[in-house]
Amino acid sequence: MADIQRGEDRNKELDDPRGDGRVPTVICDNVHIVYRVHGAGSGKGSATAALSRIVTRKASPNVREVHAVRGVSFVAYKGEAVGLIGSNGSGKSTILRSIAGLLPPESGRVYTDGQPSLLGVNAALMNDLTGERNVILGGLAMGMGKDEVREKYESIVDFSGIQEKGDFISLPMRTYSSGMAARLKFSIAAAKKHDVLMIDEALATGDRRFQRRSEERIRELRKEAGTVFLVSHNNNSIRDTCDRVLWLEKGVLLMDGPTEEVLEAYEEFTGGK
Amino acid sequence: MSIVSDTTHNGAVAVSAPENAPRVPSVDGGLSLPELATKYGLTVSGARPGLLDYVRQLWGRRHFIAAYSIARLSAQYTKARLGQLWNVMTPLLNAAVYYLIFGVLLQTNRGIDNFIAYLVTGVFVFNFTQASILAGTRGISDNLGLIRALHFPRASLPISVTLIQLQQLLYSMIVLVAIVLMTGELPDFSWFLIIPTLVLQAIFNIGVALIVARLGAEVTDLAQLMPFLLRTWMYVSGVFYSIANVVKHLPTWVGWMLDLNPAAVYIDLIRFSLIDSFTPAQLPHHVWLAAVAWAVIAGVGGFVFFWKAEESYGRG
Ligand SMILES: Nc1ncnc2c1ncn2[C@@H]1O[C@H](COP(=O)(O)OP(=O)(O)OP(=O)(O)O)[C@@H](O)[C@H]1O
Ligand SMILES: [Mg+2]
Repeated sequence: MADIQRGEDRNKELDDPRGDGRVPTVICDNVHIVYRVHGAGSGKGSATAALSRIVTRKASPNVREVHAVRGVSFVAYKGEAVGLIGSNGSGKSTILRSIAGLLPPESGRVYTDGQPSLLGVNAALMNDLTGERNVILGGLAMGMGKDEVREKYESIVDFSGIQEKGDFISLPMRTYSSGMAARLKFSIAAAKKHDVLMIDEALATGDRRFQRRSEERIRELRKEAGTVFLVSHNNNSIRDTCDRVLWLEKGVLLMDGPTEEVLEAYEEFTGGK
Repeated sequence: MSIVSDTTHNGAVAVSAPENAPRVPSVDGGLSLPELATKYGLTVSGARPGLLDYVRQLWGRRHFIAAYSIARLSAQYTKARLGQLWNVMTPLLNAAVYYLIFGVLLQTNRGIDNFIAYLVTGVFVFNFTQASILAGTRGISDNLGLIRALHFPRASLPISVTLIQLQQLLYSMIVLVAIVLMTGELPDFSWFLIIPTLVLQAIFNIGVALIVARLGAEVTDLAQLMPFLLRTWMYVSGVFYSIANVVKHLPTWVGWMLDLNPAAVYIDLIRFSLIDSFTPAQLPHHVWLAAVAWAVIAGVGGFVFFWKAEESYGRG
């Protein structure tokens, strides 16, 4: 069915009035995202406190709201690699979760082409299963066929490089170091052609060699006409992979433009390099 | 993925023209963002697919569901030294404990021929439903990592949970058949009735697992409450006593309720298949009708109920 969709896109490119061939893949239209935190505030853990909270909750709901993203709008196009920067808690992970369809916006809409995939830093696969099983299950869960998984298995394991130090692929994932787990996760996700792939600091724990290799792979994915979002606190890694950067601060989109321009302003804001 | 989705989009609240909306400089001939989205056939992210689409997506992931449940079952006992042997040991020990308490100490066996076979069948068959529901309750919350990492129809998880328990039950069935043969029953044609009964029970279990999976994702305290609910259910399901013997002293409507209890229906059907002294007279009225009806109601109802909240399971 994805083929049909792509075919239609091609038709649309034909009747694109301006003929610049830029096809949008992600559209955020004035997106607001609010987290609701239940049972925040008066934090005594005793049974009587809990009981009184249950009783009083009926009168006044004890819910705190965190307005994490405030009116963000942008359009991302096919073949773009978009960097997301901003200080801790500025809403980068939140907006990606919303683009991935995991967190419905409070108001506004997110439109996407196909199903975006989010590769998060704390997204564990199945820790009690071996790396081998995780590769197979991950592939099947992403919608690959049995044969396709078998075909790609070798290249996924090779790419992750976790076999280089011994036979780790047959050990449960809970025995992996955080960098090894991140490598395997990225390799699984990168094996498939994604219309939109979002990487949230997932490469940060990988070593320099793996970061280089995955940056290479990100460039390939872009060439396959997908869109890639990359969150990183490492400006160099953004510089190497992205041609456009969004700068979020306190949930507001401060700047949206070419990488150098935005990074320069951001580096000034954060106090030099 | 169909481009036109016929469902309403939960969660994505449409706002009517916000006055201070910062607009991106329009790139495509002055189209607004929603118009641009429509023009290029983009869909609202995270919108729930239509019911038929959902079924189709789920069918597309059947290999994932199968591989996942096999992997999970084999990972279950990897930390124990005896490994896979526990698949058989666990039901055996269970049966021994129940026999000691209810057969020897409490003597609930009055009026039941071949009590060992009667009891063990009840324990194993009820355990299938019980374990599916318990695991289903945690089906979403235990797998949030997977749910947030990859996209797949979330109903895969409660369904695999039940399939894991079905495999577990098949191990138990080997033990059960051995016990039944040892107590002097002989295989006959009625043993084949086990197959349709287990199929119906599995569908029923999947349905209930889907329901509690959604409830458990929304109300996390349910996982704490569930063991008590299930124990109560077991006590009224005639696992270690005969309902027919008990209802003589109770009002008729209570008897009706006990007979309609799905757990009792499936347990009695397996007993009827395996045990010669368990006669058709001991079966509840319209027992096959009840077995099919429960499977259809729970299966269809549970599936639709679960699907209705599909877009919300990643939130946690
Ligand atoms: N599950 C949650 N419940 C409540 N509030 C949350 C939750 N997750 C994030 N927030 C809040 O939303 C805001 C944005 O968080 P987010 O994780 O998107 O930041 P970030 O830009 O990814 O930061 P970092 O660079 O540290 O990863 C923060 O104020 C945070 O407290
Ligand atoms: Mg983050």
